[in-house]
Amino acid sequence: MNDAIVQVEHLRKEFSGTVAVADVSFNVRKGEIVGLLGANGAGKTTTIQILLGLTTPTSGSVRVFGKDLERHRCEILQRCNFCSAYTALPSNLKVRENLRVSGGLYGVPDLFRKMDALLSLFEIAHLKNKVTGQLSSGESTRVNLCKALLNDPELLMLDEPTASLDPNIADKVRKLLRKIQREQGITMIYTSHNMRDVEEVCDRVLFLHKGLIIAEGTPQEVITQFNHKTLEEVFITVARSGDLLEETT
Amino acid sequence: MSWCRIQALVLRYTYLYTRSVPRVTEIFFWPLMDLLVWGYVTLYLQRIGGVSAPANVFMFLLGAMIFWDILYRAQQGVTLSFLEDVWARNLLNVFVAPVRIGEFVLATYIVGLFRITITVAMLAGLAYALYSFNIFSLGMSLLPFFANLLLMGWALGMVTTSLIMRWGQAAEALAWGVPFLIQPIAAVFYPLDVLPRWVQPIALCIPATHVFEGMRQVLRGEGVSAASLTAAFALNAIYLVAAALFFRYMFDVARRKGLLAKLGTQ
Ligand SMILES: Nc1ncnc2c1ncn2[C@@H]1O[C@H](COP(=O)(O)OP(=O)(O)OP(=O)(O)O)[C@@H](O)[C@H]1O
Ligand SMILES: [Mg+2]
Repeated sequence: MNDAIVQVEHLRKEFSGTVAVADVSFNVRKGEIVGLLGANGAGKTTTIQILLGLTTPTSGSVRVFGKDLERHRCEILQRCNFCSAYTALPSNLKVRENLRVSGGLYGVPDLFRKMDALLSLFEIAHLKNKVTGQLSSGESTRVNLCKALLNDPELLMLDEPTASLDPNIADKVRKLLRKIQREQGITMIYTSHNMRDVEEVCDRVLFLHKGLIIAEGTPQEVITQFNHKTLEEVFITVARSGDLLEETT
Repeated sequence: MSWCRIQALVLRYTYLYTRSVPRVTEIFFWPLMDLLVWGYVTLYLQRIGGVSAPANVFMFLLGAMIFWDILYRAQQGVTLSFLEDVWARNLLNVFVAPVRIGEFVLATYIVGLFRITITVAMLAGLAYALYSFNIFSLGMSLLPFFANLLLMGWALGMVTTSLIMRWGQAAEALAWGVPFLIQPIAAVFYPLDVLPRWVQPIALCIPATHVFEGMRQVLRGEGVSAASLTAAFALNAIYLVAAALFFRYMFDVARRKGLLAKLGTQ
């Protein structure tokens, strides 16, 4: 697999007693959108944070773009970006100021043109001069997405990016993400509790349960594998049977 | 080191500081209040001391107050910049960008320098206007004193930031408290020999002590003591390196414990 953008092997993360990620191995190929699914506390965010170099693993190896993450952290981060419903851009700055600063952090060339293009793409060009703190949560999510695409990332990590969007905007954002992925071949790792999101956006899903991958494949494969009709049903079965498994052991 | 990233961070803090009322009051309002209180205290002391009061008591106290503010604001510049990011839930956006830890720290240094330049300029002007105290009577020795207080402020700032990174919001009060733990023994408002004998060697390990002693010497007209300045610079060099190592260590601890992510989203 020489087109693997992300190679994770036997990743484990313990936080003083809690095992957040037990033993996880997976690859992500160039241009793929991979969904990390799982119940609350399954280890999705922890995995993403390790991939971003924010948290160091207890053991295992992480290679991004074929390079060891710990040793080439800055170089790798230059080619990645991240967006989450749980982080924000400083609220007392204007949208364009925030984007200007973020662009500076990544050394984006021709920044102002890039900013305008992204703002139009997400249909928020009219918010450019608004103070970020005054935006609705859906609007600020879209600003966060603009920030996440400023540096033309090759790998984009999205932790519940659609968590605060209304169905209409969520739908638009999903379509946009797919479009961007098709046109620019961006690789994405995506977490969401919205199974429709996942079915529509992800090429492949990894089901995490208590820090282990217990199912893997295209959304359709996983649905068939569990003899269900929707990913949501699979999710519920996995979450509950996982608990059953644990009780019997 | 990328100048472009440092510039972006400094730009961010400049935006933040000019937009935030508490930050602006920290630069202008609180130092002004300090100046008024100390100014009138010294006026009063002079009055009750009558003719027997040495004329330079006045200068000692006001000079010490302004110098203390340099140290305090330099430390705050570093620590509050970090806290701003925590409060804004923006820390993750900074640390998922290819920002090196050295660039981050350097940006907070630069912000600290800007802040105190503004504060000191204002204090110096007002002290002259209100109490005809001219801080420039310290002459050229003003520069090395200023530099030493700035360096010590940076070192303290890095230590407090590290503690906040490790212990989170619970340690936030340290941002304002740490300098005051040092104040009583740093011979800020009184000479070193007022302190108990056994405290004096400890006081001499603090760079600021040498600055405040040196300042009083200059105001007494005894000129700059090269020994005080050398001691202050040497101690600062040690503390800065130690503080940087401590910061690096706490950053690694924070990454191990997943604290950067927690601080950035809670
Ligand atoms: N910094 C930390 N310190 C201690 N425990 C942590 C830390 N971060 C995560 N954990 C624990 O690790 C486990 C996995 O958490 P994680 O945030 O990865 O879950 P998640 O799959 O993202 O869940 P959610 O769907 O709720 O976002 C949880 O049990 C959590 O309590
Ligand atoms: Mg999560």
